[in-house]
Parts: sequence; C-alpha cells; structure tokens
Amino acid sequence: MANKTINIKLRVWRQNGPSDKGHFETYELNDVPTAASFLEMMDLLNEKLINEGKDPVAFDHDCREGICGACSMYINGRAHGPDTGITTCQLHMRLFKDGETITVEPWRAKAFPVIKDLMVDRSALDEIIKAGGYISVNTGGAPDANTIPIPKDVAERAFDAANCIGCGACVATCKNHSAMLFVAAKVSHLALLPQGQVEAERRAKAMIAKMDELGFGTCSNTGACEVECPKGISISFIAKLNREYLKANLIP
Amino acid sequence: MIKLDAKIPQGRLAEKWTNYKESQALVSPANKRKLDIIVVGTGLAGASAAASLAEMGFNVKVFCYQDSPRRAHSVAAQGGINAAKNYQNDGDSIWRLYYDTIKGGDYRSREANVYRLAEVSVNIIDQAVAQGVPFAREYGGLLANRSFGGVLVSRTFYARGQTGQQLLLGAYQALMRQVNTGKIKLYPRTEMMDLVIIDGRARGIITRNLITGKIERHFGHAVVLATGGYGNVYFLSTNAMGSNGSAVWKAHKRGAAFANPAFVQIHPTAIPQHGPYQSKLTLMSESLRNDGRIWVPKKLEDAEAIREGRKRPEDIPDEDRDFYLERMYPAYGNLVPRDVAARAAKKMCDAGYGIENNPTKEGVFLDFKYAIERLGKKVIEERYGNLFEMYEKITGDNPYETPMKIYPAVHYTMGGLWVDYELMSTIPGLFVIGEANFSDHGANRLGASALMQGLADGYFILPYTIQNYLADQINVEPIPTDHPEFEKVEKEVQDHINHLMNINGKYSVDHFHRELGKIMWNKVGIARNANGLKEAIEEIRALREEFWKNVRIPGSADGINVELEKANRVADFFELAELMAIDALHREESCGGHFREEYQTEEGEPLRRDDQFMYVAAWEYKGDGNKHEWELNKEPLIYEETEVKVRNYKVAK
Amino acid sequence: MAGFLSSSIGKKFLMSLSGLFLILFLAVHATLNSLLLVGPEAYNEAANFMATNPFIKVMEPILALGFIIHIVYALILEVSNMGKVGPVGYKMAKRSHQSTWSSRNMIYLGLIILTFLVIHLANFFWKVKFGGAPEIEGTNMHDTYKLVTDLFKSSLIIDIIYLIGAIALGLHLHHALWSAFQTLGWSNDRWRKIWSVIGDIYAIVIAMIFGLIPLYFYFIN
Repeated sequence: MANKTINIKLRVWRQNGPSDKGHFETYELNDVPTAASFLEMMDLLNEKLINEGKDPVAFDHDCREGICGACSMYINGRAHGPDTGITTCQLHMRLFKDGETITVEPWRAKAFPVIKDLMVDRSALDEIIKAGGYISVNTGGAPDANTIPIPKDVAERAFDAANCIGCGACVATCKNHSAMLFVAAKVSHLALLPQGQVEAERRAKAMIAKMDELGFGTCSNTGACEVECPKGISISFIAKLNREYLKANLIP
Repeated sequence: MIKLDAKIPQGRLAEKWTNYKESQALVSPANKRKLDIIVVGTGLAGASAAASLAEMGFNVKVFCYQDSPRRAHSVAAQGGINAAKNYQNDGDSIWRLYYDTIKGGDYRSREANVYRLAEVSVNIIDQAVAQGVPFAREYGGLLANRSFGGVLVSRTFYARGQTGQQLLLGAYQALMRQVNTGKIKLYPRTEMMDLVIIDGRARGIITRNLITGKIERHFGHAVVLATGGYGNVYFLSTNAMGSNGSAVWKAHKRGAAFANPAFVQIHPTAIPQHGPYQSKLTLMSESLRNDGRIWVPKKLEDAEAIREGRKRPEDIPDEDRDFYLERMYPAYGNLVPRDVAARAAKKMCDAGYGIENNPTKEGVFLDFKYAIERLGKKVIEERYGNLFEMYEKITGDNPYETPMKIYPAVHYTMGGLWVDYELMSTIPGLFVIGEANFSDHGANRLGASALMQGLADGYFILPYTIQNYLADQINVEPIPTDHPEFEKVEKEVQDHINHLMNINGKYSVDHFHRELGKIMWNKVGIARNANGLKEAIEEIRALREEFWKNVRIPGSADGINVELEKANRVADFFELAELMAIDALHREESCGGHFREEYQTEEGEPLRRDDQFMYVAAWEYKGDGNKHEWELNKEPLIYEETEVKVRNYKVAK
Repeated sequence: MAGFLSSSIGKKFLMSLSGLFLILFLAVHATLNSLLLVGPEAYNEAANFMATNPFIKVMEPILALGFIIHIVYALILEVSNMGKVGPVGYKMAKRSHQSTWSSRNMIYLGLIILTFLVIHLANFFWKVKFGGAPEIEGTNMHDTYKLVTDLFKSSLIIDIIYLIGAIALGLHLHHALWSAFQTLGWSNDRWRKIWSVIGDIYAIVIAMIFGLIPLYFYFIN
C-alpha cells in the first residue's frame, strides 16, 4: 500500500536574508513516497542538498502534527497547500501528481518579513496578544472552577475560536494581509466566556489598535482567510469582533 | 559523591506542603524587584512559572527556541489534565489521585512530591478556567470529566482533543501579559547553550541567537529549566522536531545529577511508522482507548493477509479477533496504564500478529465499530471528530469505517534532572520543572498527568519554593556578564561550535540521529535485556565517535543554521543515550516503563525488586570531555504512609 | 470618537453605513425607473414629485454626502492596503479558490460605477438642474420621460454603457449587503447566509432594472 513514489519538480523561494532580493530555485526530486508528509519531502530535499554541499532550505516547523502553528508555506498558490483544514506538516504527498511542478513560497505580508527562504517573522502576532489577548488574572485566588456555569454551546463556541494556532495563514492569504481573523479569534474566545467579558471592551480596543499599528491591512470581507485557516475558524468571529469593537467605542 | 538531600518537610503526608509553606522564607515585594530569574522553555511549566514569578514582582527573562512561546510542545498534548476535584462524585480524592500516581509510577517516585502534586491539582483547574480555558462542559454548564488509563474514576478535564493547546494558550497569554507590563523580557528563537556557575551557584546561561548566530550571556539570581523531556534521543518519537535534552544535559555536565534516565514512557497509541524517511510519530490521544477496542487477528494467516492487503480488517469476524487487553487484563481492559498496553502490543507483534505493512510488521487495531454501534456516530464524532480527521489526513483511512492502526511510540521521559522537594537540582540556584525534572511520575506516568505536573510546578510550587532559595540572595548584586566565568563558558560554547563546524564530514546530522534512534528503539526501548544494553552502549560509543569524525554541517555559524542547531542537540543526545543505557543496565528489575526481560513473573508481568532497587538512581557526571563516566548516587524511596503493592491491572483494586 | 474613526474598523464602519444608505437609495431609484415602463405620465409625475418634495430636497445633499463618504473612504482604505503584501508578491496565488471575484474587486467595480455615475449625472441630473431638459408643454415641469427615453433610443453605445454600469453595480452589490452587516457586527453563521441571499436577489433585481430598461427602449419600444 505505502510503497508508491512520484517524481516532482520543486520551485522554491530562496532568500538569504531580510535584505536579500530573493529568487526561485528549481529542484528535481525523484522517488518521493506518496505516504510521506510534505515536510518529510522537504527533509529529503534538504538531505540531498546537504549531500551536494549546498545550503538546505530554511523553513519553520516543529510539532509536525498540526497544532504548534510553526509551519508556514504557500504551496501551489495556497496557504498550507492544496488541502483544507490542515497545516503544511499534515499535507501529504499523495495529493500531488507524478511529474508535477510544485511552487513553494513563504508567507507574504509586510507584517511578516522574510527571515530566510521560507522562514518568516511572525512576532507581530505575539505583539497583538501582548497588547491585550488575555484575561487579567494573577495566579492564585481564582474561584472554584464550577462557580460560574457556562452553557455547553457557549463553551464549544469559545473553543471554536480558541482553536487558532497562530500560524498566520489568514494574514498570508488575505489580499490585504489583514490580521482580523487572528484578532477576531482571540477577542471572541475571551469575550464569549463570562470570565473574559469583564475586560472585553478594553481588550478589543487594545488589540485592534496594535493590529493597525503593525502594518496589517484592513479587512474587506473577502472571506479568503476562513477558507485557508487550518482550524476552520469562521469569519463569523470577525463579525463578533466588529460588534465588540463598535460596542466598546460607540456605546457610552 | 553528591549529597542527595530531598528536603522533605516534617509532618504527615497530608500536612507536609502546608507545613513547608508556613515555615519557608519569603521575599518581600520590594526585594522581588531586585531579583532576576532566568526561565528556559515556554511550555506549560516554563510559561506558567514565568508568568507567576513576574506577577509576584520578580524580573524574569524567558528563552525559547521556537519563534513564539505559544509553540512549545505542550501545545500538542491531546487528552486532558487530571485533578482531584471529585466533581463526578465517584469517590475521587486527593489521596486517591496521589495513590493512583504513585502506583502508576510503580513505586519509584517520591511520596511527598506526588502528594503535593495531587493537592495542588485542584487549583490548576480553577486557575485555567479563570484564564478562559474552554474546557468541555455538561449541558448544565458545569465542567465535564472523562476517565483515563490506569484509574477507576473520571477526573480528567479536557478541551476536545486539544487540552494541551488550550492550557498552553492560557499560560502563554498570562506570560504575554507580563511581557506587556515589562516584568518579562522575552527571547524567542534563542537556544540555551550552557549554564554558568559562579561560586557554586547557578548564575546565568549562555545562549545562541538562532537567527544571527550571536552567542550571548545572561545573568540571573536563579535559573529555571523547563525544557521538557529527551524522548527525541530515539529520533522517532511523538516529541516536536526541535524538542531536545541539551539544556538539562549541559546542566548535568556542570554538576546537576540526572535521575532515572532509563525511565521512558512508550505511548501505546501512535500511528505506526510507514517508511524510513519518516520524521516523527503522531500520537492518537489515549482518550481513544475509552471507546475504542484494541485487537489483532486471532489467526496468524489473517494477520499476514491484512499486512499484504489481501484482507481488510472489516472482513475478520468478531470471533476471530483477539481483544488481547480485555483478555489479559479483564478489570481494566483497554484502559490499562500505558506501559502495560505498549508491552502487550509489542508482545502480540513479536508473536507475528502485527497488522501494519512496515519492515517490522508492527501495528495493532483500535476499533470504534463497537462504540459507534453502542453510542451512535454522532457521539463518537463529537468526542473524537478532530482526531479522526487528523488520522485520515495522515493515513488516508477513515476510522469511522475501518479500524485505526496504532503502535507504541516514545512519548515522555519520566527521568530528568534530580530535584529536591523544592524542585532545586543538585546545583544551588538551578531549578528544574515539568518534564525536565524526574520528580513525580516514578517509572511510569499516568495519562493526563503531564499537564497536571507541568502546571503544578509552574503555577503553584516553584513560585513558593524558589523564594526559600532567593530569600538570602536579596543583597546579591547582579553579576556583570564580563565576569571571568561567563567568559570561560562562552569560550567553551564557541569552541564546541567551531569544532562541529570544522568536521566537514560526509553525513548529515539526521543520518547519525536516525542510526542512534534505531539502536535506542531496539535495545533501550519497550523491552530491554543485559546483553542488548551492553551492545547498545558499545554501539552508541562507536556511532558517537563516527559522528564527531564524519558529520557534515553546511553553511556558517553566523546566522541561521538549522543543521548546526541539530548537531548541537544530537551531540548531547549521544552522551545522554549512553547514560540511559547504563541506567537501564544497572536497574536489574522491571518497573513501569522499564521492562527488563530477565525480570518478569511466570505470567510475563514485570517483576519489581523492591529490596534492591527502591531508590532513585541519580547519576553524577564524572567525565572529562573525552571520556564520559558517571557515578551512581542513590536516594532511597521511603514510603511512610503508602502501602507498596504489586501493580496488578487484572483486578480492580 | 476621532480615534475610532481613524481605526481600521472605524473607517470600515463608515463604509458600511454609507453603503447601506446607498443601497436604500438604489431601491428608491429603481422603483422610479420601473415607472418608465408604465408610461410618460406616471414617470413624469413621480419625477416631478421627487424634484419638488421638501423631504427629497433635504435628502439630496445627504445622498451626495453618502456617495462622497463611500468613495473617499474606499480610496483611503484602498491606499492604506497598498504595499501590505511586502516587497514581493506571490508568484502563484489561487485567489479564486479562496474568495469571490467581486469581493476582491470592489474598488474596481466601484471605480467603474463612479465613472458611470459621472456620465449618468451629465446625461440627466445636470440637464434637469441646470437646463437643457425638455419641458412638458403648458407646465413648467420637465419632461423627464422624454429626456430619458430619447437618450436610450438615440444610441446603442449609451445603452451599452448603461448596461455595463448596471452589471458593475450588480457585482458590487453581490458583495455589498452581507459585507456591510458583517462590518456592523450584525452577522453570524446563520445571518451571513440570509444576508447573502437577500443581497444577491437584490443585486440581480437592481442590475436588471437599470441594465435592461435602456435596451428595452432601444430595441422594443
């Protein structure tokens, strides 16, 4: 079953550093097992490059099970490649054809400068969380966990938003490179829960202000972000964010 | 010889932690501002500790190799977190959680630490809920629980199959909040390269900036390691690609004792290996064992037919299926502890009943057919939908229709740096928390207890105990990093890197790592024996020598060099691997995750030898850089209030 | 408030409010236009009512303001989004998989509509307001019906321009209604679908009325 292989051509973005102009490089890779993951295929490429004495392709990755959010490649014109509901590390080679040319680019966004090759700097997302993406409680002193009952569907809804892995696919995909889905996910997650409602207004204001400051574009509701979000986070949360933000600003 | 003083407080087990807190030294708010603490690692333990310490007023510097603290591998924990809340009214209590943990660990952990863990477990859930962790709930709005391997109560709190993610995000957000206040300075994409000890105390670390390659020095009045486990010694494991043992190993070589390195947990439910190019193993949450039934064909020819693709698992009638866990362990069935389940799977596959078409024919079925019949597809989808989806993406099989294939994989390391009751290592001022220490899980960890321990250490234990150490450090001025000791250690780090860069050999780092992994999996894996371990030690040494002659690292050290990062980590894994084999060889008994084939009962169950091995093996590094040697120190385990029993999962007790 | 209006969401808030207002205006305008099909009297009477009614007089500058806000903020937002991709764009981007063509091209559709609007105003509004429109004999009412139908009958090119304007407007509206409510926060999984359906029906009706009437006069009447 698992022994099928394909030959592919890879057109990979190579860029030596933030100030380098960068260019595409084409590599041929033969006998790639279709049961391999995309990143395992990249490992095979790098092993080959190392054996040839060349510089391996730099890319971010860590857990390789779709949850840490580190991997970030734009493959054949789509964030995390030609499958839905997955990260690049969960993409498998069985989705590609023998002889296919695969184009691999880094996330493109002004807010995510390229560090090297396919590796980009996503610290802007941390900056947004830092600005207010939390509930301000110190360790200790929390009341018993069952003190406030939370309806099951509310908790589930909060989870749907909290599911965000911070990979940045939404920003990479958006034609305006807006971070609205990312911000919406965190604002909604916390605003849905009674524990987070206390500072919901402050949070929405602070996070949007930071987002605007960091070079992300504005949302034009194309909905592309939700299509490529590996965790299927709905743009309904963007509506929720807008609601929270308008409430915070317009209702005295 | 190191003096191993566990500093266990006086009093009865249930009173020790209270007694400790009442008599410990504290640091006043004004003095906290004067003290710097370094925290390495931003998983559950590191992030929760850093946030809590900063909230209290300490100045904290936090380091992680990932680009963001939120990516630490705690994020991948699926199943849940235990806490003795007894919300289900099913007889749970602090004592029972404590007892399950001690028993699950096969009586190789320290009574007082484990009891404290059970005690603070309840606070963790409160804290997490206050932070906005969206735990699963019942229709009434109260928290839901499920049961987990090795216990008879439902005490596991969960957030779908992503409990680790949600808890980590809670801790990460708390951490970022403190970054915002300026109490935490964050250093992402920065790897700890070595520990700096001045006048016998841990006073700082040397780091490498993974983007610029710059080597930097950082001072701290105390250093906290929260760098996780060393399961990646095996190359293939459920750990993240970057998870490594280098921080603890560098600390070990500078004098911190390493406890029970051989205690490795092999998780029973990972997706089996599919090829030699494989980079990691993906875990399928243990919670699946609640509703899935594990089986292999009863007939060898059926197993063969399935492997060769001539038969589908659905074609095997129930009477030809061997539900071997239910058969061997009627009381716990599919919910036996991890080590038991893992060994049973290996036993079945060794006997030829494995069903996966890989070189080792290793794999068993985990079947949801019965649960779907009993509960309906909708319930199963609600419980495991995302796990099933993930499984299908990886394997191309739909688990609603055909059984999942699973096989054990290296998952967690119970061993780690030796710490006392205060979570301080044998180096004063060096604290070790979470999976990086050895303290709570003995020879085997129960499911959903890793998250509990990481957060217990970080939120509720270290922030107290570290004060007891820091209380007399308030007048110590920050040591300038041009201190000769900083310079010396930095030079050693630089030399180490130069040495690696100059080898210019023939093979990639992964080549060596894979080979090391094979030795470890085959000879220091699920089942071990003296001959195999002796061979392993020789093979590890030979391979290490080859590594230092023939590894090839392209590029330069002044900038991003992923191969150099890997080489640094693998160089340490080689030494650690040897110590693991040595420890496994010395421990002539079977306990928990450590199964020595020579020591089993007639029924094939592990045979513990309490009269000789009821101790923590704390290894002290005695090597000199070229030759690695270790000296064994023993911390006897004294069970004052716990009856030591033979673990038996055949009956419910 | 100043801070709010300079925020990304604040600007979009103005876009959606002005947009919804223009959507309402289109309904009135389209209703009036359909009277062209009823006959000269009905149409002229309605047109005269619109020209003299004090409420409409008041609304006229507000409508103009609505257009101006919608256009100016569209340009402000568009300019602010320029360059957000960074120094290099994608070589390969499967945009059509990710979003509708309309949603990505609102600004261009808007610019087409704006161009059309200028022509349209010159054709009718200007003439009615500042001279050049025929009058109904014996009254001082404009014969708007004649003005309109003469133009539509006179040139296929004009009619095609009107058709293009109507199609652009329809496509613009395809993304408009749900997007406006999304920005106002009045949307969720369920309402997004409802708004989309209503918006699409509305877009088709409006585009048909505006696009087909000129052709009707050229080819049929």
